[in-house]
Parts: sequence; C-alpha cells; structure tokens
Amino acid sequence: MIKLQDITKVYPMGKRELTVLRRVSLTIEQGELVAIMGPSGSGKSTMLNLIGCLDKPTSGSYSLEGREVSRLGSGELAGIRANKIGFVFQTFNLLPRLSALANVELGMRYAGGVDRKQAMEALTKVGLSDRANHRPTELSGGEQQRVAIARALVKNPPLILADEPTGNLDSRSGEEIISILTSLHAEQGITLVLITHDANIAHHCQRIIHLMDGQVVSEEKV
Amino acid sequence: MKKWFEPLATAWVGVVTHKLRSFLTILGIVIGVAAVISLMSIGKGAQEEILSRIETLGSNLITIRPGAFTFRGVGSAAGGAQTLTIEDAEAIAEQVPYISSVAPYYSSNLQVVVGGENMNSQVTGVTTEYMPVNNLEIASGTFFSESDYQRGAKVAVLGSSVKDTLYADADPVGQQMRMGTIIVRVIGVLESKGQMFGSSDDAIFIPLTAMQQTVAQPRTAQGEKVVSSISLTVSDKEQADYVVEEITSLLRTRHQLGPLDDDDFNIRSMEEIAEAVSEATGTMTLLLGAIAAISLLVGGIGVMNIMLVSVLERTREIGIRKALGAREHDIWLQFLIEAAFLTFTGGIIGVIVGWVVSYVVSSMGLMTTLVSADIVILAVSVSVGIGLFFGFYPAWNASRLNPIEALRSE
Repeated sequence: MIKLQDITKVYPMGKRELTVLRRVSLTIEQGELVAIMGPSGSGKSTMLNLIGCLDKPTSGSYSLEGREVSRLGSGELAGIRANKIGFVFQTFNLLPRLSALANVELGMRYAGGVDRKQAMEALTKVGLSDRANHRPTELSGGEQQRVAIARALVKNPPLILADEPTGNLDSRSGEEIISILTSLHAEQGITLVLITHDANIAHHCQRIIHLMDGQVVSEEKV
Repeated sequence: MKKWFEPLATAWVGVVTHKLRSFLTILGIVIGVAAVISLMSIGKGAQEEILSRIETLGSNLITIRPGAFTFRGVGSAAGGAQTLTIEDAEAIAEQVPYISSVAPYYSSNLQVVVGGENMNSQVTGVTTEYMPVNNLEIASGTFFSESDYQRGAKVAVLGSSVKDTLYADADPVGQQMRMGTIIVRVIGVLESKGQMFGSSDDAIFIPLTAMQQTVAQPRTAQGEKVVSSISLTVSDKEQADYVVEEITSLLRTRHQLGPLDDDDFNIRSMEEIAEAVSEATGTMTLLLGAIAAISLLVGGIGVMNIMLVSVLERTREIGIRKALGAREHDIWLQFLIEAAFLTFTGGIIGVIVGWVVSYVVSSMGLMTTLVSADIVILAVSVSVGIGLFFGFYPAWNASRLNPIEALRSE
C-alpha cells in the first residue's frame, strides 16, 4: 500500500541544509499495523508527514495504493489527504470553538460533504456519544484524543497516521487510545502507522521500524 | 446548496467568536455607508427641491430675452439690447404652433409712494396672459381683466414682499399708491412664490397699456414698441425644442438678420434651465458621495487589517483544515466569505443608520432629503465589493500557508 523508495528530505536552514531523511526505502502492506520508533530528531515526524502527503520529498519516489504521489501538486495532495488519510496528532488539534460533533463533522467537510448521522456514529464508536455537544475544553485529554480519532475515521480512510497519539496522555488514557486504535485496525482492516516512544505501545503493533539520523536502522516483527 | 451553506456557516462562527472585533471592523463600513447614504440623500433632496420649485414656475415656460448688443465693439450685458417688441410677441402668437399663451412685458424701476412709505420698486407692465404663463396665483383681490388692459386702467397687483414692505399687515386692496407720475389703485396681491430666479414677490404688476402712459416705452427704428422680455407657454412639452426653433427663425426674419449675424435674442426654456440645474446639483451630490466614499475606503482598509490579524491568529486552524484535506481554494473562500460577510452586514447597518440620519435631518427641517433605492443598492454592493477586494490578499495569504508549519504554530 505504501512504498517509499530512496526518499531523501532536505530542509534549507539559512545558508546550510539540513538532511532529515537519507535514502529511506520502506514498504507497508495494506492492513498492517506499524510502529515507528526512534530518538527525537531521527526524522520520524518528517517521514509520517511525507506518508501523509502533507509534504513532498526532495528526491525519491513514493507510491500510495499504486499511485506515484511524490510529484503531485498541492491541490491533488489535498485531495488524497481528504479521502485516503486520517491524522491523529499528539496535541489533538481540535478546533476549540466547535463542539465535539462539529469537530468530527469537519473531518468529512473536505471529503465529499458532512453527514451528521455518520459523525454521530463515529463518536459512538469511540464511546463519546454522550459528549457530542461538549467543547474540547470541557473534555479530558483522553476524550479529546478520542474525538480526534473519530474525526480521522469518520470518512472511512484506508490509512490512519498517528503521531505520538498518547504522548500527552496519562498511561490509563493512553491504554484506552491504543486499544481503540488497535480494535479499529482489527475490525475494519485499516492500515495504521503510529509514531511512539513507548515500547509497550509499540509491542501492540505487528512491526516496529527503528529510525536513527534519518535512516532505517532496523525492523522487527512482533 | 450545501456547498455554499458550509462556508457561510464557518464564516458566521468566525464572526461570532470575536464579537467585539467584528463589531469594530463593521463600524468602519457602517460609518462609511451611512455617510454615503445620508450625504447623497441630502444632495438628492436638494436637487428634487430645486426642480420642484422650477416646476412651480412652469416647466413648459419659454422665455425670450434681448441679446447682448454691440456698439462700436463695446458689448453690453445680455438683455441690454432693445430688440424685442410687442409686435414680435403678436407674430409669435399668430404664426408659431403649439403655443398656448404669450406674455410680453416691459419693466422699469419706479419710485413708489404710499403714505409715508417710499420705495424704489420694479414695476412690470404685463398683459393678462402674464399670470397663467408664470403660474402666478392671487392671494387676495383680483388680477386685472382684459377690459382693464384694453383701456389702460391704472390698477396694480402687488408681489407679496412689496405688499409686506408697503402695507405690513394692512389690506392694500382698494388703496391708492403713487407710482412715478401716476396714481394707481391696488386691486390684488399675489401668493408668494419663494425667492428664486427674479421672483415675482418683489414686483408690482400693472397693465402694459397703463405702463406706456407712465414711462416712455422705447421704440425700435421700425417704430415697434420695445419690451423687456417675452414669456410664453407651450401646449405640448415634447414640442418645446421645435417651438424654440420656429421662434428663432421667425425672429431672425423679423429682425432682418443675415445668415452670418448672431441672434440678437436669447431663448431659454424652463426644461433647459431645469436640466442645467439638475446637472449642477447632480455634480454636487456626486462630490458629497465621493467624500463619503473616502471613509468607506478607510473602513475597507480596516477590514483588511483585521483579516490579516485573523489569518495570523488562526494559522493553526488553517493547518488543521489543510491536514483534513482542505484545498487552497477552500481556505481562500472561507476567509473571503468572512470578509464579505462582515462588510455586507456593515453595509446593511450603514444603510439603516444613514436612512435614520437623513430622516432626522429632514424632520428637523434642516434640509430636504431623499433616500433613493439605487443609492442603497449601490452602497450595499460597494461594501460587499470592498470586503471581496480587501479580503482577497489576507485570504490568499491564508490559503498559501504550508500545512506543516501552520500545524506547528501556537
């Protein structure tokens, strides 16, 4: 499903250049549950952004579901993000002025249109049907992240990307989030790629990819 | 339908979440639009007022005055020449079609004495046609009759200010007054016409035949009796231009002017005067509107300022929307609609405020005002246009943000 080939990403830093990813090659199959681990600065987030079509590689090729996307324009990339990819962020990234339900609806807004019933179903799936009209500030961290997951899955994307989804949560809420994510993967066959620092969480996954200094240093099957 | 409703709803949320800021942004537009509406309505009101006064003078009125005459290269003011005659007036009445009545008159300044009061007044010798031609109305007494005219009766009709000066509150009808060398009897007083265009309020009217006994009326070389001016009314306003042409050629023939000579008379129709006045006041209205439009422009710059701040403040929101798949035009449209929504609301409120201001101005009797629909529509659409124009750059800025950097911002 995801095939990275010799991906290099270079950021200009004033006069110097910062190479974040060096010739990374990686394949992730449809329906896999993959964890990416590595120290900070190893290029995990950059790789996830590239996979999520938020950014373009400096060189190398990336094919998503068999389609080469590394050379697409910003409009086409936005279309892929809208229809194929759900994001879950460490900091939740909910819009503070909107209710939980409206935040979930926002996930469908750019993917063909809002359907309130479907949004409500997604909230029910993450166990928050009774919190639909609460604003993010009225919810706990774990609940906010569950809203964010509902927002990511409401449009039924084949791929969900999670960047340290439990990084801002206490261990109990973190466990809940991971169990929601793994059960989504198990029940709906969604391809799930998540970044984590937590070895316990990584061991819920099928495969762990270790990054260091912009390169894949090892892969292990769990 | 839904595609349009969602950005509108988003814009509404954006406006409502920053109530004070939205209000202050709108205020600039409100003041601008209100200024345009109220100033334009004052200008339009003044225009209508002047035109309606012209209407009371008779919109189908045509006035012929003698032209400037030149003697050894020295020109006099218009009206200085003695070229128009009673005979001209008679010829016009007989030969030119579409004319309902013709009123030649001759006026002169005479000393008028009533008891101890003594004033220099303009005395105008007129025919009985003068009253209908100039839309005059009698306040008390009567105008002189055809038989008074025929026998040169020494009777006078006073303009309202003359009556006020000479008789104050007393009733002058039946009283005698000395006028130059003759004694006349007052038989009527005119309604006031208001102070405009050589008002009839300041004049005393006597039969032209009586005038000729009092003042030596000049004669032309051909022996025709000179008049100061000829006014006439046309029966069909549409034909006014044709009538003017016909009179011109008739008078040129009568005055024996060669093809190279200039007219020795001036013909002005009230229509023409009304057009000129309406053009002048229209220009004034436009000028007032332009000044008001400057404040609208300043309001527009305020909108741009706020939208730029708003984009900066909502960078993270833009990043989130982009991560969720928003395309550049989605973001762009969102902010553009928000700006247009603000200025549209400001425009509507501005129209209401401007209308109230012009209503208050006119009800206090300061000025006549007229709020016309086209100005309202113009003001509202201009304010929406301002929103689109000044919202364009901030919205474009927002749409171009890099999603990763936008997500990282606080």
